Amino acid sequence: MPETEVKATISKSTGLPRKRFYRARAHSNPLSDSHFPVPISPSQFDYSLHYPQIFPSSDQADGSRKIQFADIGCGFGGLLISLSTLFPETLMIGMELRDKVTEYVKERILSLRVANPGQYQNVSVVRTNSMKYIPNYFEKAQLTKMFFLFPDPHFKEKNHRRRVISPFLLDEYAYVLKAGGIIYTITDVEELGDWMKSCLENHPMFEALTEKELEADPVVKLLSSATEEGQKVARNGGQTFQAVFRRIVPSDKTS
Amino acid sequence: MEEAEAEAEVESNRDNVEVAPALIAVHPEQISVAVAVGPDLRVFDLLAGSAASLVDECGAPFHKDPIRAIRFGSRGKLFVSAGDDKTVKIWSTESWRCVCTVSSEKRVSAVAISEDGCHVCFADKFGVVWVVDVAGSHGHVTLGDRKPTPLLSHYCSIIPSLEFSPDGRFILSADRDSKIRVTNFPKKPLNGAHEIQSFCLGHTEFVSCLAFVHARECPQGLLVSGSGDSTVRLWDISSGALLDTCEVAAKSIMNYECILLRSLTISRGGKSDILDPHLLFLKAGLLESNGEAEEHGHAVTDLCTTISGLLIAVAIQSLQGIVLLSCDVSAQTLSVSKVVSIAGEAFVPTCLGFSPAEGKLWMVTGVSSLPACNYPPLARVRVISAIDAEQEPVVLGDDEIPGGEKLLETLQGSASVDESAFLAAAEAVKTAMRNLLIKKQYPADNRESRKKTRNDRKLKM
Repeated sequence: MPETEVKATISKSTGLPRKRFYRARAHSNPLSDSHFPVPISPSQFDYSLHYPQIFPSSDQADGSRKIQFADIGCGFGGLLISLSTLFPETLMIGMELRDKVTEYVKERILSLRVANPGQYQNVSVVRTNSMKYIPNYFEKAQLTKMFFLFPDPHFKEKNHRRRVISPFLLDEYAYVLKAGGIIYTITDVEELGDWMKSCLENHPMFEALTEKELEADPVVKLLSSATEEGQKVARNGGQTFQAVFRRIVPSDKTS
Repeated sequence: MEEAEAEAEVESNRDNVEVAPALIAVHPEQISVAVAVGPDLRVFDLLAGSAASLVDECGAPFHKDPIRAIRFGSRGKLFVSAGDDKTVKIWSTESWRCVCTVSSEKRVSAVAISEDGCHVCFADKFGVVWVVDVAGSHGHVTLGDRKPTPLLSHYCSIIPSLEFSPDGRFILSADRDSKIRVTNFPKKPLNGAHEIQSFCLGHTEFVSCLAFVHARECPQGLLVSGSGDSTVRLWDISSGALLDTCEVAAKSIMNYECILLRSLTISRGGKSDILDPHLLFLKAGLLESNGEAEEHGHAVTDLCTTISGLLIAVAIQSLQGIVLLSCDVSAQTLSVSKVVSIAGEAFVPTCLGFSPAEGKLWMVTGVSSLPACNYPPLARVRVISAIDAEQEPVVLGDDEIPGGEKLLETLQGSASVDESAFLAAAEAVKTAMRNLLIKKQYPADNRESRKKTRNDRKLKM
């Protein structure tokens, strides 16, 4: 019997994509050699593809406006959507490894752009392995904020090397972050929270924000409330552990 | 049916794991020459005119598995060998005694020695670069076993090449994901090298080799890199800017054809040096576009900067000879200067070494073992002299090379080698490199059957 009905992947009432059709396994192997296009260098990144209203043609990207916020492992895009209206003049991008989830976020952004003319033009998503290719997307000292919300804990010790926050990867994050730029991390797994905090504390190019600075930053509140994962943790009455650090220029110590 | 095919593939992959190309390294003052074939390390002392006898506490064989990287320090005092047996051995070049053995967690793919000779760095196959302090090692003083500390890492990417910048300020690591990372080498490297200076991005395939062009006008040196994308590129390392790209494989064919046309009426000493350009490359894939099959056939396997660095010798897969590139430092460009073919035998160099003192380019070809064959490890050494912008390079005969027959016997294992094996060797090395460094493309049609072993799929069955 031929299939005559079309699966309504976009909800008719809200115009937003339905998560049911974008389900994926929670884990994707970050070690596998997936085949997705990666820009050869940051100058090859197509701004007009991701931000068509701001960069109508490909040669418009003259380098004056660049992406400043990156949500690494953006999941279903909750944080990006909140940040988009909070910082309407800032270009931001989400990076996600899972194909279906990236498709969901793309659809979500497109629907929001249609429903809210003029808004959500500054946010986009790209499917990529951020543990290998961050230098391909961002130039040195380009970003002012980087987000790592509820990353995969990789509980087993032999898998700790797959964690997205590690002493080695922090070198690359420090490279793409401007001095003074901020890295935000949060998790509901205490051991991972301790791990991320100690990696950041031990890295010479990061220093912790003070309590006062955390209070003053409007983004900090979004960490636990803006994402689907964060809302789930709150529903279950779980605890969250955050570590927010600033990228610094290491003074000429003897190291 | 498909599973049988998949199994056969795994089998051949396992065989290829042991296929390691022969390596050569030349002492900066041409005091000695070292060749590594498989687990065998052979050194010839040119001053003494005889094979150097290596001394190590553990006794011969010094390495149990194929050696993947060898190198002399720029000051000539240290020599390092490392490979698949997960050990890094540091030798003193005065006594040829192993002064230090370092254990690695994984197989080692590249080594580098800091300019001041105080630190040895090595890269493991998982992409971590380790550093070990060797200050104070010389002559007969042994350091025993040292524990390495991690310096930096390229996430899950094999690093085929590690290099220090000539001024010692930076350490460069090239990986399989087409990236070259330039990191500040700190005063206390044991705490890690965290400050990245730049990334040199532009290659579209794995980066296999790095070298520096030394020029008086440019004290920190210009970087040249060779890659699986068949290009050699020129970089400014402080900004990571790509200065020039040279399509060596394509250009060298064109260049050779021009020479051929010009010299049609010339023949030297009775025998003609004219070679059919089709024979220049073992497979004619480059001249007749063969589609995908030849896409990865012409990777740059090694490069080496020569006198005052203005000529760069490049070895390419399937090329029976080398390409000489010239670097214009002020214009910051690269161009093909000459193509030197090795007439008379199927010699595709797997590794190059240059001795600035004598102006000679040393080349080796060979392989650790050939799957499905009973050949012992093969190695063949050739030398090209007069590598100069003005002179014509001359491929030296076996009797003309420094060290002569004795050197060949030591380094090759025998004075004469069975030539027919070399064609098979060149192919084996090429396949091994492709399997190691190029991402495997799985066809979409049998994806479902490949996923049968996955736990979440098994429940559905």
